[in-house]
Amino acid sequence: MTALKETTTIYVYRGDASSGQEQPYSVEVSPGMVVLDAIHYIQAHHARDLAVRWNCKAAHCGSCSAEINGRPKLLCKTRIDQYLASGVPIHVRPMKTFPLIRDLVTDVSWNYRVAKKIAPFEPAEPAPFTLFQRDVDRIQEFRRCIECFLCQDICHVLRDHHDQNVYMGPRFMTKLAELEMHPMDASDRIAFTTQQAGIGWCNVTHCCSDVCPEGIQITGNAIIPLKERAADRNWDPLRRLFGHGPSAHVAEHKSKDRQKID
Amino acid sequence: MADMPSSSKPPIARESPWWLAPNVTLVVFSLFVLYSIWEIFGHNVGRYQNYLSPYFSPDVGLWLGVPWIPALLVAWIPLGFRASCYYYRREYYRGFFREPAACGIPDRSRQYRGETRPPLVWNNLHRYFLYLALVVVIFLWKDAVDAFWYQGHLDLRLGSFILLADAILLSLYTFSCHAFRHLVGGGLDCFSCQNRARYRYRGWKAISALNQRHGLYAWASMFMVWGTDLYVRLLIIGAIHDPRLF
Amino acid sequence: MATLSLETLHYDVVIIGAGGAGLRAAVAAAEQRSKVAVLSKSLLGKAHTVMAEGGIAAALGNLDPYDSWDTHFYDTMVSGHFINNYQMVEIYTKEAPARIFELENWGAVFDRTEDGKILQRPFGAHSFRRLAHVGDRTGKELIRTLQYKVLSLDVDIFQEVTSTRLFVDDEGRIAGVFAYRRDDGQPLVFRAKSLILATGGWGRMYRVTSNSWESTGDGCALALWLGAEVQDMEMIQFHPTGMVWPPGVRGILVTEGVRGEGGLLFNSENERFMLRYDPVRQELSSRDVVSRSIFKEVALGRGSPHGGAWLDIRHRGAQYVKQKLPGMYDQFLKLADVDITRERFEVGPTVHYTMGGIRVQAATGATNIEGLYAAGETAAGLHGANRLGGNSLGDLLVFGRRAGMAAAEYAKARAKWPQLAKNQIEAERKRIVQPFTIESGTNPFMVQETLQALMTAHVGIMRSKQSLTTAMEQFQALRADVERMAASGPIHFNPGWNTIFDVQSLIILAESVIQGAIAREESRGAQWRVDFPEELADLGRVNFVQRLSPGKGLSIEARPIPAMPESLARLFRASAAPGVLRAREEQRHLAKEE
Repeated sequence: MTALKETTTIYVYRGDASSGQEQPYSVEVSPGMVVLDAIHYIQAHHARDLAVRWNCKAAHCGSCSAEINGRPKLLCKTRIDQYLASGVPIHVRPMKTFPLIRDLVTDVSWNYRVAKKIAPFEPAEPAPFTLFQRDVDRIQEFRRCIECFLCQDICHVLRDHHDQNVYMGPRFMTKLAELEMHPMDASDRIAFTTQQAGIGWCNVTHCCSDVCPEGIQITGNAIIPLKERAADRNWDPLRRLFGHGPSAHVAEHKSKDRQKID
Repeated sequence: MADMPSSSKPPIARESPWWLAPNVTLVVFSLFVLYSIWEIFGHNVGRYQNYLSPYFSPDVGLWLGVPWIPALLVAWIPLGFRASCYYYRREYYRGFFREPAACGIPDRSRQYRGETRPPLVWNNLHRYFLYLALVVVIFLWKDAVDAFWYQGHLDLRLGSFILLADAILLSLYTFSCHAFRHLVGGGLDCFSCQNRARYRYRGWKAISALNQRHGLYAWASMFMVWGTDLYVRLLIIGAIHDPRLF
Repeated sequence: MATLSLETLHYDVVIIGAGGAGLRAAVAAAEQRSKVAVLSKSLLGKAHTVMAEGGIAAALGNLDPYDSWDTHFYDTMVSGHFINNYQMVEIYTKEAPARIFELENWGAVFDRTEDGKILQRPFGAHSFRRLAHVGDRTGKELIRTLQYKVLSLDVDIFQEVTSTRLFVDDEGRIAGVFAYRRDDGQPLVFRAKSLILATGGWGRMYRVTSNSWESTGDGCALALWLGAEVQDMEMIQFHPTGMVWPPGVRGILVTEGVRGEGGLLFNSENERFMLRYDPVRQELSSRDVVSRSIFKEVALGRGSPHGGAWLDIRHRGAQYVKQKLPGMYDQFLKLADVDITRERFEVGPTVHYTMGGIRVQAATGATNIEGLYAAGETAAGLHGANRLGGNSLGDLLVFGRRAGMAAAEYAKARAKWPQLAKNQIEAERKRIVQPFTIESGTNPFMVQETLQALMTAHVGIMRSKQSLTTAMEQFQALRADVERMAASGPIHFNPGWNTIFDVQSLIILAESVIQGAIAREESRGAQWRVDFPEELADLGRVNFVQRLSPGKGLSIEARPIPAMPESLARLFRASAAPGVLRAREEQRHLAKEE
């Protein structure tokens, strides 16, 4: 254990929607410290009213989303030793995409309003289901989502173009993919995906996948497959001709004679 | 592991600046497009002995008896395939359109419409280019085999291996395509619901694994096509000669 | 400070808490067409439920066909050392399977067996493989499923709202709750025909805990202030395996799933010490036993470098570990620089769960205050003296639903809106902003730290008359600081101010924990008294019940536990759990046939 008390300076954004600026705070460094520890240190020693949102401090809940040196990150999962070692000062700012409440806390309520618009899971038959691991692996990846909304934060459609009214953002593309790929779901959300959810606004630049703390391949496994499903419907008369249209998918759900493979 | 490392961690590698990648893309893609225009519109012959340049394959010009710029008859397929490819889209949206240039870098485009309006919405036709590209790949393999046979006997020259590598990399690029992954099994909701789905599941797993490196194959195959064509072109104009390896 | 005008809202059922129990209750109440509001201190889907890892215990028998509700009943009662409310245990073990299938119907995606059923994993002190799970993130699956279910219903969700006071009408029936919005300090009064407390536990009164910041027991404190009865407050579960290093992550949970998947515990002398403490169940012994064992090994100087034990899962192979315990793998790699597939790692006891809480009726979750209900960790009874792993997630579903149904029914039967005295509201409105007027007051973060230090030092795993007396003395000394907690800065999203209410909850609960621990002069489950090392038969027939009365403070009494009916009591005269006996019987039968 280190005997010497090392200190470092951390710059934290202070302010609200009307005005604000970064302020330097001196923080005592301890082994394995994460940025959220530093924020707590500042709260306890320098600024009791420093606003930060956090819950579990174990990267399970996705509350402490912010931007560290311009990168969307979870405060509880970002170690400060990596910055200290490379001599880069630490700047902590709130997520840019969402309206600021105060300091590091933003108003993310838009996400919950969007969530309410998506048709819920509709079982094709009542549980218990017969489902195999191979059938659920894909959707379990999406269900790892901790709803930290870092993907929404980095998405340029929402961040720079403020197109919240036409595009629901990567988080809800994963949600739609999860529902659409559920073997027991009987509802069809492809028209919704292209229209209300606005999947066409995504230009697959992958930034959402890069920031996901759960490592979900949002673009590769959710958005592109959804774009392909939408293309089946809207751009591929040939496939419909050969019986791969939407009706074939629905028939598949109803099939009860699923069987074990391997 | 008696004690945890505390402050003795190695310094993290300095990241390259954000503008590097989009500008490399911008320059390299531009050069590739310019080269392709020069190659396609500037030449009527793409064959040297038993080698056929990938720009001219399959040799539709020969079949149809079109003597002028025959590459135009086929090269639109691989070029269209690449232009509508999900990986290339990411790269040119970043490098050319700057929407955004890199993650978190402000995207200042005024009239952003994503892929909702023509012409970009036509990227949804990617699968048709895939269907055609799959046909082209068959001919590329024929060309690769031909490259090893000259005047009725096995002939191992540098060019033979270049054409083989070209066929391999283009196959990897084509078969790792997102649309192909969807076609093979990604479009299914249930992999256990029909007997046929079991094979499609296995195919999908395999393509998914390849798909992880789609970007790598995209770059590698582009340089390979470029290099192969240049090699054949230089042979045709007699600037180099083709060393026999064995 | 400018005072904001009060906003008053009317709901049939108000639910405080948006974890598993609160959301399940909301679904149940909304399905009865009640007008429902859910009040949550944080954002939707962030409640402590999201951190539950291991699984949901239910006797589905998907892998072990001899499992049955009565075997689950047996395991739960034995682990709870028989001070559980047996009616709750019976209801729970019978209903849990249906609640799991219901989740599946709402979109939950559990790990699967080879034949396409819900996979169940072994866990400490369960006779059979019983925990339906999703890797090591089952709580997230549960809360996310319920969250989206609630979003699809007509339920109003108030995010980031702190509840500070409950109100009753003249006849002592529930009337509403006072709250404020954290983002702007807006005071709110919810008038309610019935109200459900589903606010979780109070692990945050300890320094080393697996609990998130919200686990400050607000609902239990609100209930106490209102005159509701609480019980078993001395029963604080220490999970045997929390992270111990580095300091910033101390206490973060290492799922019991690691041991469920075959993880082994070693001391500094490379001895599998659990073979000594519990030769039969070994690493998968109940949590109280494993925690105490690690504690003893450390006390005897055989601990790991940072005061824990070594946990080793390497023998299961890197691929298996990454697939079944991906969260654990990532957590150690990111936060502690340890690759658990290649290195063993340090673990030690961490405060995990509060078995005690609001005293409720088994079937409805009704408290002794008319119209007030409680469910989940904030309620007491199901777990007795020690909770069985996997029973908490099931608890949320089974009793959340029952409380929701009962509260909706009660609200329906109540035609008029309960009256609510204006002066009560005014007084509370003044009280909440009072900390802003205190000059040179105390720092709530520091008060909480002091409380945590004293609880950790003196009311931890090992307790004695002496340590508890010291705790009570230090606690009384802290009271003056509590009264003078001050806030500064703007009112909107002010953590210093918000923390004051958390600390106020923790203070009353800490007092009841210490009082309960003093009263129970024996060792039982989580209560380990070195001065009373034996489990006493007499004390196994009582719960310690506490209540707060104006002027008199906190009082405690031993309340007898009703005897189980013969049909259940006879299970415990057998040599093993019913399912285990059936399995043995079957084996004998097969052997004879051969």
